[in-house]
Amino acid sequence: MDLEREFEQTVAADHRVEPRDWMPDGYRATLVRQIAQHAHSEIIGMQPEGNWISRAPSLRRKAILLAKVQDEAGHGLYLYAAAETLGADREELTEKLIAGRQKYSSIFNYPTLTYADVGVIGWLVDGAAICNQVPLCRTSYGPYARAMIRVCKEESFHQRQGYELLMTMMSGTEQQRALVQESVDRWWWPSLMMFGPPDAESSNTEQSMLWRIKRHTNDELRQRFVDMSVPQAAKLGVTLPDPHLVWNAERGHHDFGEIDWTEFWQVVKGAGPCNAQRVEHRRKAHEDGAWVREAATAYARKKEQAA
Amino acid sequence: MTRSSWPLYEVFVRGKRGLNHVHVGSLHAPDDEMALRNARDLYTRRNEGVSIWVVKAEAITASSPDEKDPFFAPSGDKVYRHPTFYAIPEDVPHL
Ligand SMILES: [Fe+2]
Ligand SMILES: [Fe+2]
Repeated sequence: MDLEREFEQTVAADHRVEPRDWMPDGYRATLVRQIAQHAHSEIIGMQPEGNWISRAPSLRRKAILLAKVQDEAGHGLYLYAAAETLGADREELTEKLIAGRQKYSSIFNYPTLTYADVGVIGWLVDGAAICNQVPLCRTSYGPYARAMIRVCKEESFHQRQGYELLMTMMSGTEQQRALVQESVDRWWWPSLMMFGPPDAESSNTEQSMLWRIKRHTNDELRQRFVDMSVPQAAKLGVTLPDPHLVWNAERGHHDFGEIDWTEFWQVVKGAGPCNAQRVEHRRKAHEDGAWVREAATAYARKKEQAA
Repeated sequence: MTRSSWPLYEVFVRGKRGLNHVHVGSLHAPDDEMALRNARDLYTRRNEGVSIWVVKAEAITASSPDEKDPFFAPSGDKVYRHPTFYAIPEDVPHL
C-alpha cells in the first residue's frame, strides 16, 4: 500500500511524521497512550512538590518552587496539545485519568515527607525525567518532539535548583545532612523504576523502537542515569543506598543491585502509598474548577451576542 | 458536569524583533482575549517572545497531504528559483 510505504520511508529517513500525514492506527494509538501518560505525569507531578510550597523555608525557595511547579503544569499542557493533534480530546483524557483508565508515572505515588524531598526530587526525579526526555526530542512524531524540546529546555532549571538546595542543606547542620541522606535513601530506587520494566519484560519497546517513537531501551537509559548520578552523589557527600553499586571497568559502566520489581508492579497497579490520594486530588481540582470554566464560557457567549 | 468545550486556538510567537511569528503550539480558551493571556503564561514564561498571535484553529485553511504533490508541484520544477541553479566562476567575489 502506497500510504504505508510512504509512512515507513518517512520514519526510516528520520524525517518527522506530522499531524495530517497518514499513519498506521497502531502508531497513532501508541502515541496517544504515551503522550497522555506523559501529560498526566506532569500534572499529577505537581502534587508532591506542591505539598511544600507553603512551608518552603524562605521567600527565595518559595518563589523557585512555585516557578518549578508552574513549569510542570506547562509541560502537561504542551503534551495535551500534542495529543490533540492526533485526534484525542483533552477533556476526555482528563476524565480517563480521573477514572483510573490512563496511567501516570508511578514515582508520583510516593509521599514527600520532608523538605529535603524537594531537593531530591529535583536532582533525581527530574534528572531521570531528563534522561528519558532528551532522546524524545528526536522522536518520530513532530508535535511530540517539539513539545519535548520545550520541556527539556526548562528541565535543566528543575534539576539544578534541586541540586543546589541539597548542596545548601549538606553544608548545614548534622540534622540537615541526615535529612538529605534519609530522603536519598527513599527516592533512589523509585527513581530507577521510572525507566520502566527491564527490556526483557517491556512489551511495547520493540515496536516503538521500529517506529522511532523510542530511541533507547529502558535498561540503556537506566544505566545512563546511574552512571550520571554516581559522581553527583559523591560530590554532594551522600551515599546511594545500594551495596552492589560499583564501577565495572570492563563494561565501562556501574553495576548496580536488583530492583524490587514486585514493588514497582504493586505501585503501577494502584497499591502505592499515595495512588488514591493523587487521583482524588486531581478529581476534586477538576470538579471545583468547573464553575470557572462554565462562567468564562457564558461570559464569552454574552460578549459575542453584544458585539 | 458539562464538558467545557472551549475552542482550540493555535499560538504563534515572534521570538524577537526582525523574526517571523512561528507556530509554538495550541491551547483552549473561552475567547480571544483569554487565549492571548493563556498563551503568554504558557508559551512565554522565559521571555521567549515579544509578540503573540492567537487564532482559532477552525479558522485555518491548510493544504492536505493528499493533494501535497500537485499542490506543491509548481515550485518543484522551478529549480531556477534557487541560487544554486546558476553556475558562477569561483573567482567572482560576494555573489
Ligand atoms: Fe516536567
Ligand atoms: Fe521537571
